[in-house]
Amino acid sequence: MDNPLHFADGELPEDYLKYTHRKVLWILGGILALFFMLILSISVGAVQIPPYEVFMTLIGQNLTDKWDRIIWNIRLPQALAAIICGAGLAVAGVAMQSILRNPLASPFTLGISNAGAFGAAVAIIFLGTGRMTSTTAGAVIINNPYVTTICAFIFCMLATVAIIAIAKIKASSPEVVILAGVALSSLFTAGVMFLQYFSDDAQLAAVVHWTFGDVGRAGWPEVYLMGAIVIVACIYFIANRWNYNAMDAGDETAKGLGVNVEQLRNVGMIVAALVTAVLVSFLGVIGFVGLVCPHMVRRIIGDEQRYLIPGSIVMGALLLLVSDTVARLIVAPYVLPVAILTAFMGAPVFIYLLLRGYHR
Amino acid sequence: MILNVDELKFMYRNKGILDEIAFSINEGEIVAILGPNGVGKTTLLKCLNRILVPKQGAVSVCGDMIDSLELMEIARRIGYVPQRVETGRLTGFDAVLLGRRPHIGWNVSEKDLRIVEAAFRTFGIERLRLHYIDEMSGGELQMVAIARAFVQEPKILLLDEPTSALDLKNQIEILHRITHIVTEHNIAVVMTMHDLNTALRYADRFILLKDQSIHTCGDKNVITADEIEAVYGVPVMIGELEGVPCVIPRCLCNGNGNGKKTKIPQDEEGSTYVRNS
Repeated sequence: MDNPLHFADGELPEDYLKYTHRKVLWILGGILALFFMLILSISVGAVQIPPYEVFMTLIGQNLTDKWDRIIWNIRLPQALAAIICGAGLAVAGVAMQSILRNPLASPFTLGISNAGAFGAAVAIIFLGTGRMTSTTAGAVIINNPYVTTICAFIFCMLATVAIIAIAKIKASSPEVVILAGVALSSLFTAGVMFLQYFSDDAQLAAVVHWTFGDVGRAGWPEVYLMGAIVIVACIYFIANRWNYNAMDAGDETAKGLGVNVEQLRNVGMIVAALVTAVLVSFLGVIGFVGLVCPHMVRRIIGDEQRYLIPGSIVMGALLLLVSDTVARLIVAPYVLPVAILTAFMGAPVFIYLLLRGYHR
Repeated sequence: MILNVDELKFMYRNKGILDEIAFSINEGEIVAILGPNGVGKTTLLKCLNRILVPKQGAVSVCGDMIDSLELMEIARRIGYVPQRVETGRLTGFDAVLLGRRPHIGWNVSEKDLRIVEAAFRTFGIERLRLHYIDEMSGGELQMVAIARAFVQEPKILLLDEPTSALDLKNQIEILHRITHIVTEHNIAVVMTMHDLNTALRYADRFILLKDQSIHTCGDKNVITADEIEAVYGVPVMIGELEGVPCVIPRCLCNGNGNGKKTKIPQDEEGSTYVRNS
């Protein structure tokens, strides 16, 4: 580099390619780790299944009927739900941070999760979809999960529509959108508190229980539905990675590069909100992943969206899968909802990354 | 004629900003838009590549009306360097590569990488290739932003205060390079400027804005002391120093005829003045 004659005009920039290859290696390493974690996650639990047998079962061999049932009916859907949910929240988070030009933005900044919690509370209290059956462990059940889910989803979408309308009126101004999101968030939180104040013990327990996000709630139909939506969202954001790079360079630069910034903001917000709404209404509130995973990846491979978006997807999936696995083991035979564990698992890693600074 | 502007009018809400703007620009020309703060220089620049949509009037680029072109097509014809660019944790190479956005499909090609590499050499900023842009100085960042607009391979380049963040050496260097590329590739440059001396030295033609419209327009000969006083409200002296035209504001010290006017015309003060953008 010191000798300008070393590079004839138009030569390929090898040091830059080396630099980008390193980022690709990080992402590939993450995918590999995710694969091993998936096997491990399915292998551990009340019934231990050796990893090799898990792998053989997954590729279609029938070893024992009992293992088959445990893997295919219980552990695999839960592990996949964790991967899908983590990936979806992280990709929504990285998009919101870029769209709203704010490092604290996350899928929940727009108030969607609180709207979902409010919807679930309405269903449980007014439609009687949740109650307490006994006083032993795991007593609180949502006895009509579909109505609760649909109700949560309706309120998530109401919040989404409100945000989109505000964004339209104020021409996608990031500050207005983020402030409106905070306002909506508080509004729905107040709504939940209001409902809780007038509910009986059983309803209260059911409402609180619902808000503890838990990937164990998902069965195969939910996994398929969430998976389809999250995959579409990931493809959308990855396809727009150059436009997000342009937007990060400033709205004017982006417009000068031919990017329709307003449209990119609005569509991105709708996609991120939809993903969040679906995940929240099926699984409950799972915080932290959407906010922090993108920042973990930023510290490791930087802000370039070409690598940041896929990196965040992998990191989100990995964090939630690890958290869920630990949540199933830590107080066995009881199983904690993953929402409690995500911050326990993620925060120390994140603080370490903050202190260490950027990776070079 | 590469760019033609006709009867352009721009309003912000109900406030008129620009009115009856008309001019045209040829290949190989460097045009400076001059005028006091807030007169609408930046707004005019943004109307040229449809970052802002004028209320009335027509802008045509290379023979096509700009509102008939897709955004990406506009970006392939017109590059734009704003006064302010945002930074992030990415390298200079990444930032310049972004300039290929209007040309890349799903992913960058080897050609894109080669062009960016060549741009770093042309601008003499190879050392910034793998520096993070959030660790760069204002001047380095400006060089990167200008390089980004060049790899866009535009026919017209719009520069909003291109030298305001640069030190004396970088100002001269970057304008020298721009002049060189303009003549070599026969593209046109439209730039807004505060520094009259720099403008006089590097621009071929001048557009002086006053009260929402064009006050004067033409080559070096239109830049007279009277015109400058009329546009900026400051009496100046114009002379030549070893063949280079110089504009120097007359003293506005208290006591002379303009005593009430205490505003110091800082922007004309010369090249060393660095605006914080």
